[in-house]
Amino acid sequence: MKQVLIAHGSGGQLAHELIANLFARAFDIAELNDAAEVTFDTSLRRLAFTTDSYVISPLFFPGGDIGRLAVCGTVNDLAVSGARPLYLSAGFILEEGLSLETLERVVASMAATARAAGVRIVTGDTKVVNRGAADGLFINTAGVGVLPPGSLPTPGRIRPGDRILVSGTLGDHGMAVMMQREGMAFDSSLTSDCAPLNELIAGLLAACPEGVHCMRDPTRGGLIATLNEWAATAGVGIEVEETSIPLREEVRGACEMLGLDPLYVANEGKVVVAVAQEAAGVALAALRAHPLGRAAAIVGRATVDHPGLVTLRTELGAQRVLQMPVGEQLPRIC
Amino acid sequence: MKYVDEFRDPAAARRLLARIERRCAQYGKEIRLMEFCGGHTHAILKFGLRQLLPANLRLSSGPGCPVCVTSATDLERAIALARIPDVILATFGDMMRVPGSSGSLQDARAAGADVRVVYSALDALALARRAPERLVIFLGVGFETTAPTVAAAVLRAEAGGIDNFYLFSVHKLTPPATRAILDAGEVHLDGIIGPGHVTTIIGADAWQFLPRDYGVPCAVAGFEPLDILRAVDELVAMVVEGRPGVSNAYGRSVRAGGNRVAQDVMERVFVVGEAEWRGLGVIPDSGLRLRDHLAHRDALRIFAVTVAPAADPPGCRCGEVLRGAIEPPACPLFGRGCTPRTPVGPCMVSGEGACAAHYRYGVAT
Repeated sequence: MKQVLIAHGSGGQLAHELIANLFARAFDIAELNDAAEVTFDTSLRRLAFTTDSYVISPLFFPGGDIGRLAVCGTVNDLAVSGARPLYLSAGFILEEGLSLETLERVVASMAATARAAGVRIVTGDTKVVNRGAADGLFINTAGVGVLPPGSLPTPGRIRPGDRILVSGTLGDHGMAVMMQREGMAFDSSLTSDCAPLNELIAGLLAACPEGVHCMRDPTRGGLIATLNEWAATAGVGIEVEETSIPLREEVRGACEMLGLDPLYVANEGKVVVAVAQEAAGVALAALRAHPLGRAAAIVGRATVDHPGLVTLRTELGAQRVLQMPVGEQLPRIC
Repeated sequence: MKYVDEFRDPAAARRLLARIERRCAQYGKEIRLMEFCGGHTHAILKFGLRQLLPANLRLSSGPGCPVCVTSATDLERAIALARIPDVILATFGDMMRVPGSSGSLQDARAAGADVRVVYSALDALALARRAPERLVIFLGVGFETTAPTVAAAVLRAEAGGIDNFYLFSVHKLTPPATRAILDAGEVHLDGIIGPGHVTTIIGADAWQFLPRDYGVPCAVAGFEPLDILRAVDELVAMVVEGRPGVSNAYGRSVRAGGNRVAQDVMERVFVVGEAEWRGLGVIPDSGLRLRDHLAHRDALRIFAVTVAPAADPPGCRCGEVLRGAIEPPACPLFGRGCTPRTPVGPCMVSGEGACAAHYRYGVAT
């Protein structure tokens, strides 16, 4: 079985072959230069620029892999900022001994995900470290996108009365990875929700360009980490209705068994949106019109009460605080 | 979720709440109940049950968090054991972060001691089997629920000739602690919500002393909202009608005589003796230590560690929380100096601790 060798990162013949035959071919890069030349609509004047690193274990999980995650994560960070994602970079840190077949599968997955999301991977880098100095494969992606004119979605725009929407079921990614990793002794049909959200979000923004006040992809810390940040930044209270939160039965069951709260579990293909009260219906319809938003729901609202705090109205009608999560529920899930 | 949602049904909960409300209104006076078990405290706060109950019905949490009631001195002993060369100290995750006067087990690990987190005593036994050159000490923390599996691990070590497996038992018994709280008279209690998992082992009959000796009713509860409301409903009925007894509101798990197999395993391995509880002091016949024929497994008898009697952290009021004398938010450190990220006392560390539950599931004011 072919493996990654230290020489693959040396800048010599093997490195050149890896770049030309694998990366450039998969990402459709015609000419190999030290920097990529990119074009965009300069009349828009504003760019969004972001980066993230991916160290998930295991590399392959139900519903995705580290490559798909690395593309979706950066595309989604741009999209929730209100930008239209255009170009990505991809930096690889490979552990000596990684099978080349694994690397090829990851790269093919990145290429397919980028194509589906309508973005291009235009530049990259490869480093190989000694066996034991990394866990198989780490990826960094950076991305640029263009921002539309006008005000952008930010937590500062959230107002009392705004409705809080989620684009679908919560906790799918975190629980899918956990069930895979912990070697649970029962069958799990859970799959990660890892998906690029730019098309879904473009549809939402087209339907209510002014009504969308804030967006976030609730990854680590789940819905509640996002809402706590919003409540603190915007100086509003946020109330969540337990009965309106979309959850898969399998996620509920797995969380129940492991003593976790799905509202704190990571998502990789969901967006949380704060929408002006009068635009909530239109926004919900726009989300539900996209295949990734079929299970979208209004789950709560911003209030003048208890500024800075997120509360839950339980199924039995009681109210309690949803605190910012302490520490990680599960490390290395993205 | 099958087998769970049935016990969370809002309509059934509302019916029970209405009956409790009616009886409490008719009674007029305050009814004060204590849930012994930390698992109940968490469930009650998570589902917001306190807010739904009538104003003259008060629930307070008790000493039912094994990590929390482990004395400061026993924690120092554990840290001293962990520092012995060649020792691996294995214990449950919650114990790692409990602050002691010379740091926590986590601090001891950072300083070079080999402390491992395990999910059961059998994991610690497997560790001993894999590393015969090391001395594996399991720090056994827990009530009657945990003790049988620890006893089983000791018996398995005996049967398998695994000579490098030792136990530091700080296991404790729940009925003597309940007795101690009632004897002290510091808090007035009208009824006890009996711990569901403990009672699965010891049997509902083990609580007969409550109505007999103290005139206090006991209802054993499971951990879903309807389980707890049923137990509260039955306690309220017994209080209002003045007929204290023991009621089993967790029939799908608890039998009158308990789990005989588990009791037998405990009996073969442990002998009952006095134990020191955080907040309650030394209680006679409330702890489990290894029988004399298993002395060669007893970490405290094999490894002579001497530690000075340790005090609780300054300002920490975990002791009063564990006795039900104060509610966690009444402690000046609660949510200020003491949070789950920077705990001062054990009740803020443990998954079963009352302070952690109040912090996590607090009510917006």
